Amino acid sequence: MAVNPELQGRVFPPTAPYLVGREKIREFARAVLATNPINFDVDAARAAGHADLVAPTTFPVVVQEATLAQLLAEPDAGIDFSRVVHGEQRFSYTRAIVAGDELTATLTVSSVKSLGGHNMVTADSEIVDAEGKHVVTAISTLVVRGDED
Amino acid sequence: MVDYSSLTKGDVVAEESFHLTRDNLVRYAGASGDFNPIHYRDDVATSVGLPGVLAHGMLTMGLAVQPVSNWVGDPARIVDYQVRFTRPVLVDGAHGADVTVKATVGALEDESKIARIDLTATFNDETVLGKAQVRVNLA
Repeated sequence: MAVNPELQGRVFPPTAPYLVGREKIREFARAVLATNPINFDVDAARAAGHADLVAPTTFPVVVQEATLAQLLAEPDAGIDFSRVVHGEQRFSYTRAIVAGDELTATLTVSSVKSLGGHNMVTADSEIVDAEGKHVVTAISTLVVRGDED
Repeated sequence: MVDYSSLTKGDVVAEESFHLTRDNLVRYAGASGDFNPIHYRDDVATSVGLPGVLAHGMLTMGLAVQPVSNWVGDPARIVDYQVRFTRPVLVDGAHGADVTVKATVGALEDESKIARIDLTATFNDETVLGKAQVRVNLA
């Protein structure tokens, strides 16, 4: 099964708003072995000029998750989840995520390529706040292994 | 706050080792929502041709940036972070795995005062991330 090349350029509907909680930030920060007080201590975050706890750099993956689920569920995508390997990841920020943010992600499939029997799918999730202002774009490149056997 | 003018290309700004156990993988699965069983079940990992349970690539990415976060002080200064996942980190059930991260100044952009910090993440003497770059705003 090959990935449908017509996926390239497809834009998906925005995800339901994700409310970033303080305890979720702390939980995620512990999970990535963060020790920076600005991820854990509200006073430290405020002293650095932030409204509340700042989420760790890779936290948008939690919000992006819903967009990748949309992609994998697309009936004509041709993406066999058991053959998917995470190839590359990038986060490009306009501003940091802080507790209290309400975030919505919109997925665009920016590229579908074929390379040596494998398919590479690049998925850009543009994450905006409640006012619709850009916060961060999470870009994932998924490698879908071909049927070599 | 790190003084931009004090940096020189090639400076090692942070170096840290992380010991990962299966407990860390379960904790990351819960926190991230990635419950792929190859990250906690040996039988599933071997059934898909892997040598054993692997750390989530996103866990490796997530911890590898922490030395930079601590060095710069405010994690909100990190404006861009990218990696390629080049090799898996196998996490042994009994002994875990050790990942070492070295952060080096890769490039300096004088106009914007953005420093590009390049990460080298090593497991069993091999790098596990490629083109691992963190852009830090020091303006």
